[in-house]
Amino acid sequence: MQDCVHLEYRVDGQNFVSAGSATESVKTFLKGMGVNPQDVRRVAIAMYEGEINMVIHANGGYAYADIYVDKCIITLVDTGKGIKDIDLALQPGYSTASDEVRALGFGAGMGLPNMKKYADECIIESEVGKGTKVTLVTRFD
Amino acid sequence: MKISEAAKILEGTILCCEEFQDKEVTAACGSDMMSDVLAYAKDQAVLITGLCNPQVIRTAVMMDMLCIIFVRGKKPTDEMIELAKERGIVLVSTPRRMFSACGKLYSAGLVSGGY
Ligand SMILES: Nc1ncnc2c1ncn2[C@@H]1O[C@H](COP(=O)(O)OP(=O)(O)O)[C@@H](O)[C@H]1O
Ligand SMILES: [Mg+2]
Repeated sequence: MQDCVHLEYRVDGQNFVSAGSATESVKTFLKGMGVNPQDVRRVAIAMYEGEINMVIHANGGYAYADIYVDKCIITLVDTGKGIKDIDLALQPGYSTASDEVRALGFGAGMGLPNMKKYADECIIESEVGKGTKVTLVTRFD
Repeated sequence: MKISEAAKILEGTILCCEEFQDKEVTAACGSDMMSDVLAYAKDQAVLITGLCNPQVIRTAVMMDMLCIIFVRGKKPTDEMIELAKERGIVLVSTPRRMFSACGKLYSAGLVSGGY
């Protein structure tokens, strides 16, 4: 097997049907690789929250997965409005989501906390007006 | 219990993936907030929800769930049924409300699998 597999996805903004398809694809790939189910789920949950965030807060973006034998690095990049105060955004319950998004079952302000909880490393870089980059590292057991 | 038994207890209708209705499930989780399901669910195979949109199916996929029960007679759209079919997730619709649906299943032996 190659040392690293690189997967790329375009994530459409405001598309609440396709949202999550990039994550599903990565999940299927990891499962196929034989990564243990608990780790697959950890990657899936963190990436899915990040993917949803790009859809609802940033009008879409790109998702990249770099998969190694012992870890997986997910990078979510968007050119959306950015996050002014990252520490505040990380607080459980903090959300700027619209009622429309809440009606979808998201917007509870648990996305970033979930990403922190499930990924081994969660790095958020953001600049207002420029965009956001989230890096999620998950090491396999 | 089997998924088919859970559906029967709730006077529910199985909407797709009948071929998997004999699968055994032991724990369930009830929520309308998908982020809460992602945060707190562990190995619950059944999701009981009043929310009815494609992201419910996606959430169940992420959590490797086998069955979604829609309460208050909510009927998933054809698009949602298609998504569930492709992934082998059994969809059930029950006229019961959240509290009574959860209560019925709990008394019948389904556990919460969490706190
Ligand atoms: N990719 C992003 N672009 C812009 N803002 C974001 C992005 N991701 C998160 N945010 C901001 O951080 C807040 C908290 O995110 P999160 O914890 O996922 O909660 P929620 O998505 O439920 O609002 C969001 O409400 C939003 O203001
Ligand atoms: Mg979010």
